[in-house]
Amino acid sequence: MFELFDALLLARIQFAFTVAFHIIFPAFSIGLASYLFVLEGLWLWTGRDVYLRLFKYWLKVFAIAFGMGVVSGLVMSYQFGTNWSVFSDLAGPVIGPLMAYEVMSAFFLEAGFLGIMLFGMNRVGKGLHFAATGMVAFGTVLSATWILAVNSWMHTPAGYEINEVGQFIPVDWLAVIFNPSFPYRLVHMTLAAYLTTAFVVGATGAWHLSRGSQTKDAKKMLSMAMWMATFVAPLQILAGDFHGLNTLEHQPMKVAAMEGHWERQKGAPFIIIGFPDEETESNGFELEIPYASALILTHDLNGETPGLKDVPPEERPPVATVFWSFRVMIGIGTLMMLIGLVSLWLRVKGKLYTSRPFLQWATFMGPSGFIAVVAGWIVTEVGRQPYTVYGVLTTAQSASPIEAPAVAGSLLAFIVVYFLLFGAGVMYILRILATSPNKDELPMGQPTRAAGTTPVASMLNVGEVAPQNG
Amino acid sequence: MGEAIDLPLIWAAILSLAVFIYVVLDGFDLGIGILFPYLQSDTQRDVAMNTVAPVWDGNETWLILGGGGLFAAFPLAYAIVMPALYAPFILMMLALVFRGVSFEYRWRDPDHRKWWDLSFHWGSVVATFMQGIVLGAFVQGIEVDGRAYGGGWWDWLTPFTIMCGFALLASYSLLGSAWLVMKTSDDIRDIAYKYSFRMALVTLGFAAVVSVWVPFQSPLVWDRWFTTPNFWYVAPIPALTLWTAGIIFSAIRRRRDYMLYPAVIVLNTLGFVGLGVGLAPYIVPHAVTIHEAAGPDVSLGFMLVGAGLLLPVILLYTGYSYYIFRGKVTAENGYH
Repeated sequence: MFELFDALLLARIQFAFTVAFHIIFPAFSIGLASYLFVLEGLWLWTGRDVYLRLFKYWLKVFAIAFGMGVVSGLVMSYQFGTNWSVFSDLAGPVIGPLMAYEVMSAFFLEAGFLGIMLFGMNRVGKGLHFAATGMVAFGTVLSATWILAVNSWMHTPAGYEINEVGQFIPVDWLAVIFNPSFPYRLVHMTLAAYLTTAFVVGATGAWHLSRGSQTKDAKKMLSMAMWMATFVAPLQILAGDFHGLNTLEHQPMKVAAMEGHWERQKGAPFIIIGFPDEETESNGFELEIPYASALILTHDLNGETPGLKDVPPEERPPVATVFWSFRVMIGIGTLMMLIGLVSLWLRVKGKLYTSRPFLQWATFMGPSGFIAVVAGWIVTEVGRQPYTVYGVLTTAQSASPIEAPAVAGSLLAFIVVYFLLFGAGVMYILRILATSPNKDELPMGQPTRAAGTTPVASMLNVGEVAPQNG
Repeated sequence: MGEAIDLPLIWAAILSLAVFIYVVLDGFDLGIGILFPYLQSDTQRDVAMNTVAPVWDGNETWLILGGGGLFAAFPLAYAIVMPALYAPFILMMLALVFRGVSFEYRWRDPDHRKWWDLSFHWGSVVATFMQGIVLGAFVQGIEVDGRAYGGGWWDWLTPFTIMCGFALLASYSLLGSAWLVMKTSDDIRDIAYKYSFRMALVTLGFAAVVSVWVPFQSPLVWDRWFTTPNFWYVAPIPALTLWTAGIIFSAIRRRRDYMLYPAVIVLNTLGFVGLGVGLAPYIVPHAVTIHEAAGPDVSLGFMLVGAGLLLPVILLYTGYSYYIFRGKVTAENGYH
């Protein structure tokens, strides 16, 4: 039993590690693909060079991010079977077809048109190239839709029966796909992807501006990103609020852990800071806003909210992890909204591109989206514990019969390889971002390498110039 | 719906097709990776890389369809096979990560291009070898206990599976060199012809060894191949294989750039069919049949609607993408 527990824990760590690494890249490439689509569209519409330069600049980043997303995603598609074989056998009839649809409708679309998007501008013409970019962007969003349907079903299972060997058998596909938490999760995650990308783009612009390179390109990047922060960040907070209410309805223990509430109570306070302790079933040191939690969750100062003690300890999620991840996420969300408002004010005053503290702040916010995304996923996934299919199939029942040493070995290998290879990839992306969009491209109309390609010479520049600049 | 149409059989056919397409497409990507150190200059390696840069990602997607499709259509088989072959699958995934990232990284970081070339080469070699081991382990049989894998953690490691690993290395190298013959010219094509000849010999040698060894490894295959009247049904396969081998050597001798790769595809098809004939109707050989492992008809039917609509479209735009990037790649017209 002890050894089985070890193998289970290792398998969970491995899944958490590989999926946390993976989600970073799709979150970025979903937003970036749409951004590239917008840039190319603006270029075709206005004919202004700045959009083409930005398109080519971010296309290089996209190529790296997308590649990392593909290979880390391949790992996910096999890991269900290698490490969660019982879950695969039982839940396969429901979620397998949804994932097959993801592959057939989204992965092939992205992969099929990616080559044209990256290398084909001089071979297919502007219109078709724009269409290819659109296909890739559409594919990324479609992929997110399917996989979020799968994930949401695991949180709020619907439209199924259980057969004689314990398999989940779909009886109503519409109910399976449009399960109760799916619309909320889809909106919340898609907005998160767009915001994540916006803050990377904005930070890049802000960094170049703060170093005194007042180019059109850097201003355009910062400006576009800050429009996103101004309008989308508040929208995201609203979407998150609705998502939370949906969670309260279907997964009350997750919400109790997010809030750090042990007792079912009326007029519950919002705990800003606290230290949940599962031994004593209470929080150490609490800083709280009275009635705030009841107001947010029930829209009533004296509304009743659930507490962790409603269920026995073994049915509760790990409280502190969920509690703190939630605070990281909403903290970043608040900062995003704030910088959006400040940027609007500076824009009106004409100081958006010159205020040094603001530019530094915007640079600092560059990775904030990634942190919020990972924190948000920790809230929702750890909050689902101890279940894989909420309320029906436990995580302990789901694992493969693999011995601890085997899982320990693979986990170690994943950690080493991912840090090494994806670390290098992130470094290459940062190197590209350290160059200015209108410095590193060869002039248009090169005899043998036309627009849309990334000639070797410019790559050499990226590699050689960046360290000296940086 | 379920009574009239044999959905598990249809899905077995679709997945077989997906795996086959994967083998002939990603086979040449991986083959180029295997042959990478035998190319003689950075320019040659750049050109070889550029022949696959626009298409490799699509090629690898067929592997995801193979794995995802097995999960979706035959969840029980997926749940048995993956843990049984835990180490080879994990190593294959890690190797594919090494290979996949090097496509972009080697252009981004000329100072460390040597490293990424090594990463590309060894990623391709290990991924291929592990796929060969998976194939071999599959043929030799997987022990099943109830609805789970019932064997030990090193059952997959036998002389037979090791041999299969080397056989697949040879086979993918041949696909890679035949692809290079078709997509390149001058000095790099000469090298590709040289290795096509060698790899064709080695591949056919392995085909002979496998043909002799497999029937002893698997009573099922023995029964299919060496009892009458079955023998007379399958006899055309080895005959056609010999004929195809003749075409391959003739294409190499007469320098027919565009005949070699299709001929190699035919060779792979014959091997694939030969194996399929030996293993049907099992999806986990000797233990679980296609029908036992299949998900419910309500799942298979739902997916079939999508597959019927989407797979033809996928083949269409995949073909279109290959058409766009048709023709020889040279150092001057490369994409990178």
